[in-house]
Amino acid sequence: MDCVTKKELQHIANNVRIGIIEGVYGAKAGHPGGSLSCADILTYLYFKEMNIDPKDPKKADRDRLVLSKGHAAPALYSVLANRGYFSVDELPTLRHIDSRLQGHPDMKNIPGVDMSSGSLGQGISAAVGMALSSKHFGDNFRVFTILGDGECEEGQVWEAAMFAANKGLNNLVAFVDFNNLQIDGSCDEVNSPCPIDKKFEAFNWNVAVIDGHDFDEIEAALEKAKASDKPFCIVAKTTKGKGVSYMENNCGWHGKAPGTEDYETAIKELTAIGESLK
Amino acid sequence: MAEVIKKATRDGYCAGLLKLAEKYDDFVVLDADLAEATKTVVFKKQYPERFYDCGIAEQNMVSIAAGIAATGKKVFCSSFAMFAAGRAFEQVRNAVCYPHLNVIIGATHAGISVGEDGATHQCCEDIALMRTLPGMTIINPADTVETEKALEAAYNHDGPVYMRFGRLAVPVIFDEDYKFEIGKGVELKEGNDVTIIATGLMVNEALIAHDLLKEEGINARIINMATIKPLDTEIVLKAAKETGAIVTAEEHSVIGGLGSAVAEYLAETCPTPVVKLGVYDKFGQSGPANELLDLYGLRGKDIAEKAKKAIALK
Repeated sequence: MDCVTKKELQHIANNVRIGIIEGVYGAKAGHPGGSLSCADILTYLYFKEMNIDPKDPKKADRDRLVLSKGHAAPALYSVLANRGYFSVDELPTLRHIDSRLQGHPDMKNIPGVDMSSGSLGQGISAAVGMALSSKHFGDNFRVFTILGDGECEEGQVWEAAMFAANKGLNNLVAFVDFNNLQIDGSCDEVNSPCPIDKKFEAFNWNVAVIDGHDFDEIEAALEKAKASDKPFCIVAKTTKGKGVSYMENNCGWHGKAPGTEDYETAIKELTAIGESLK
Repeated sequence: MAEVIKKATRDGYCAGLLKLAEKYDDFVVLDADLAEATKTVVFKKQYPERFYDCGIAEQNMVSIAAGIAATGKKVFCSSFAMFAAGRAFEQVRNAVCYPHLNVIIGATHAGISVGEDGATHQCCEDIALMRTLPGMTIINPADTVETEKALEAAYNHDGPVYMRFGRLAVPVIFDEDYKFEIGKGVELKEGNDVTIIATGLMVNEALIAHDLLKEEGINARIINMATIKPLDTEIVLKAAKETGAIVTAEEHSVIGGLGSAVAEYLAETCPTPVVKLGVYDKFGQSGPANELLDLYGLRGKDIAEKAKKAIALK
C-alpha cells in the first residue's frame, strides 16, 4: 500500500466508518461519535504512515499506536479489520460475550492492538513509555497516540507531555481528536482544555493544527513530525459523528448505538458516499 | 551470640538491582523523584543511562512502565508504597495488570516503620489494594538477603510483581544459602501447638515470639510468608491441620492483608482459629520507627500474646 492515493484513502476511511456503524449496531452499545471523528486519522496512519505488517502483528520493529481515547475502539477495530489483521465480518461481535472485541482495546487478545487502553489520560503515558523504550534499546520504531479533547482534562496527559519533552522523545506523535464535544456537553461548557495547541507548545512540544478530515493536511503534519526535534502534537479539528448526518456535532451520539432505523439510515448515507468516491 | 546485622530491605532493593544489571541488559529503572529514599540513587550513579527519573508524577510513571513492558522489555518502577499502590492504583490495575505486563513495582517505605513522616506516608493498605488485582504477585521480603533473591525471581517472572520494602533497618535473618521461590512459604521453626505466619519485618518478631513462647512450654511453628499472593495454601493447610491454631503477623492493616488471605483460605477449606496481628484499622503517626512498632503492638511479645489467644480458641 505504498502508493495509496488520497481518493483511495477516502474510500478506505468510508469503509472504516461503515465498520464502525456495523460494530456499534452489533454491540447495541459503544461510542460512534468519537469513533467516526478519528476514522480519517487512523486510516492514514494504518494505510500510509506506519511501519506495520498485518501478517506479523507482533513484529518487533513495528511502529506502535496507542488509542488513548480507548472508547473509540470501534474505529481502531474497523481500521485493523480493513487493513487485514482480522475479518471485517467479526466487527459486529463487538462487546459480545466471548468476542475478543472488548468494549475498550485489549492488547492480549486482539491482533494489531499494541496497548490496552480505555481509562482516559493513561494511553499517552504508555505511548511515552514505548517511545522511551524504542530510543533506549535502539529499536528505532515510532509511536503514535490519539487523545480525545475532553481527555486533555486529565492531569496525567500533562504529566506525560512534560516527561516526553524532557526526555526528547521526537519519535512520538500525539494526535488530539478535537471535535469539541464530550459526554456532558461541549468542551468549553464542561471544563475547557483549550487552548490545547498552546498548552502542548508550553510543554515544549512542536505542534500543528490541522483539519483532521483532510488527508493532505494529515500528511503534511506528519511530514513535519518526522523532522521534529521534539515530540509532536497534531491538534486535528474534527467533526464528531463525521459521515453520518444525524450524528454530526451531536454529543448525544457520544456513547449510544443506533437502533435499526438509524442504523439503516447511516449505512445508506455512508454507502452513498462510497459510491460518490468511485 | 553472633552480632546482629541490621539493614533495611530498601537497601536490598538497591543491591539487588545492581546485581541484576550485571547479568541482564533488557531492563531499565524508573523512579519518581525519590531515588535518595528508595535507594535507586545508587543504581542511578552506576548505570545513569539505564535510569529514568519521572519526576513527581507516579501515575504517569506507572503507565510509562506499562508502555516499556508492552514493547517486550522489563522495568522496575520505584516509589513509596503509598504512591505506587495508592495514588497510582488505577494505573497499576488498568495499564499493568489488565494486560499482565512485566512491570516490577519496587515499593519502599511500607508500613508505620516509615517513622517520623507520619500517617500520610505510612502505607498500611497496599497489600490489600494489590491483592484485589487479578494476576498480581505480591512479595514482602523479611530481610535484605531475601529481598535480593526475590528481586531476581521477580525479574524472571512472567507478569506484574509488587514488591514491598521497608525504610527501617531490621535484622538480617537469612544467610546466602537461603532459597527463595515465588509462592512458597518457608517453615523457619518447627512446632505443633500453634503456627505463626509472618511477613516482612514481622518475621524477625515472630522468631522472638517463638523463643518467648518456648519459655512457657509452647512450641510455635514459624512460617515466613514472603509471597502473599499467590498464597502458599499448601503450607497454610498443613499448619492448620497439624497445629490447629494460626496467628498472622504483618506490618499492615488487619483488613485485606496476609491475615485476611490466610483466614479467607482456611474459612473455605479447614476452618481454624486465625488471630490476626497487624495495624487495627487506624492511621499511623509521627515518631521514631521502633517506638511506633512498640506503640502499635507489632512486637514479638504481642505476637506471643496472640498465639496464646489462638490456642485458647482451639
